[in-house]
Amino acid sequence: MSVAEVSPLSPAPGSRVRAVRDQFHGDLLEISMGPHHPSTHGVFRMVVTLDGEIVVKLKPVFGYLHRNHEKIGENTTYLASMPYTDRLDYLCSMTNNWAYALAVEKLSGQTVPERAEYLRIILAELTRLLNHTCLAGFLLQDGGCSGTPLMYAFREREKILDLFEALSGSRMMCNYQRFGGCRVDAPPGWLEAARALADNYGRFLDEYEELLTGNEILMARTQGIGRLPARLAVSAGVTGPMLRAAGVAYDIRKVDGYGLYPRFGFRVPLGDHGDTYDRYMVRVLEMRESIKILQQALRDIPAGPVMDPKARLRGFRAKPGEAYGRIEGPKGEIGFYLISEGGPNPYRYRVRPPSFINLTVLEDLCLGHTVADTIVILGSIDIVLGEVDR
Amino acid sequence: METPEQIRDRLLARIPGAAVSVVVNPGPAAQHSLLLGAAHAREIAEFLRDDPGLQLDFCSNVSGVDWLDREIVETIKTPTPGPGAGPATFAEQKIRRPHPGYLEAVYHLYSMALKHGPVVLRLRTADRRDQVTLPSLTPVWRSCEFQEREVFDLFGIVFAGHPDLRRILMWDEFRDHPMRKDYAEPDDYEWEPTPHGDVLAKAKRHYPAAEPAASVKGEAKP
Repeated sequence: MSVAEVSPLSPAPGSRVRAVRDQFHGDLLEISMGPHHPSTHGVFRMVVTLDGEIVVKLKPVFGYLHRNHEKIGENTTYLASMPYTDRLDYLCSMTNNWAYALAVEKLSGQTVPERAEYLRIILAELTRLLNHTCLAGFLLQDGGCSGTPLMYAFREREKILDLFEALSGSRMMCNYQRFGGCRVDAPPGWLEAARALADNYGRFLDEYEELLTGNEILMARTQGIGRLPARLAVSAGVTGPMLRAAGVAYDIRKVDGYGLYPRFGFRVPLGDHGDTYDRYMVRVLEMRESIKILQQALRDIPAGPVMDPKARLRGFRAKPGEAYGRIEGPKGEIGFYLISEGGPNPYRYRVRPPSFINLTVLEDLCLGHTVADTIVILGSIDIVLGEVDR
Repeated sequence: METPEQIRDRLLARIPGAAVSVVVNPGPAAQHSLLLGAAHAREIAEFLRDDPGLQLDFCSNVSGVDWLDREIVETIKTPTPGPGAGPATFAEQKIRRPHPGYLEAVYHLYSMALKHGPVVLRLRTADRRDQVTLPSLTPVWRSCEFQEREVFDLFGIVFAGHPDLRRILMWDEFRDHPMRKDYAEPDDYEWEPTPHGDVLAKAKRHYPAAEPAASVKGEAKP
């Protein structure tokens, strides 16, 4: 008798649920989780094979939101791709903008005024705050804690989005940065408002942590769940808080020292066990470091122009060559690889999406856990499908 | 970190018979890359990962690039003496030669252990039509798994030795490779072979033949 034989009782092939008879383990069940479910954070599907409630195989299925972003990038000018990068990771448009601007600046050898560098750091750290806050809320939502943490998170996120709107005119699709600087300077009173937010954010985090960090249910649902060994994390190209939760000290803000990050004093929090709880905790600690960076940047920001006066946006052409620019986004390393042939469009425009590559280890994390844990593990990876599918 | 030239020299000394050359990046980034022959690519990748001086344990980015067939025009100038004592003139001769296109896979490597990088590797296929196989580097760096699938899906490079080479972003039944430069969009994305056409043709038999429209002018009646 063969090991896996289709049971005569099983429905016709092609239906969503199939029973597979196995002489050693009884019935294995293959089910399709997603694509339309709140816990998949978008349109994302996992084909899961279950032995009872235990996951024995998991294959992610992508592409429901695919619109060939890279091809569109090759057919538009360098400037016209900037607003389109907002739509990659639509929670973090400011860091997407920065990564793209950095790649174009590397490609063309442009420089950025100091005030613009400070503004970029302020905006990137605000983006990190809102992303990590929301992630913690969504993680708890995935764990079955309906409402409260997510509503707290969204209340704080809205304050940051108000700042973005005051600066760029848009809450989420900011389209704010340009190669050679930033689009406009901050309006009067904006820096003071940002300073007040940075000073008060620690109090919100205290409140949030009091609710969550020592919570018995959160610990029971996340500790020891989805452990990621450091060796696998490095080999699989996992980046961002997920990598650091596995104990690997690799933060591109420290390693590459892009922008003016070497001027700032901050620490890189690391996890011990690489489990879901560590991934939550590393993000909370990162937010505390972001507040430190924000306070330093808002204290030291110099006056001056925010655009390089020699920068040319419309009719921009880069000399033939190529460049890879990357930054530490809230989800991991977001990079842009550009090849120029001297024309008004890039010859090749490639996005290195962090959450797509972080999903490489999804199966390894979920094997041996239950379906309910799979939801929590997926939540702790922090994916945004606009970026995964591009 | 070592320059690409130094890495090339060490590779050539270490792995006899390997084809390694430096591709110059003329832009301001000046990030030169190493072009590897497909035959020894896996061996070279393992060396780069395990060498204690490099330890390139993190393959950050895998991208495909499509280079079309081109015609290179070279102008050769031969001096001919001018009439009388005038200055020499140049006779120009243009030589056209075809430059066959290829598909390229570009790997950006970093070291998490030593915190340096990038080292850029390039692999090129023999042509763009039928010889599009390259060795997969997924056994060396796991992070290539989804990215090589994506390059296979969108560019059509076949990675030999990949554990699970399937389409990843386009659906499985899709035929073409949309990121190729000469890709032509289908006229109708939504078309799929459904029985509607046949069913409609059969259904017509149930209706009486339509009366010839008398109101249509100028039509010859049988």
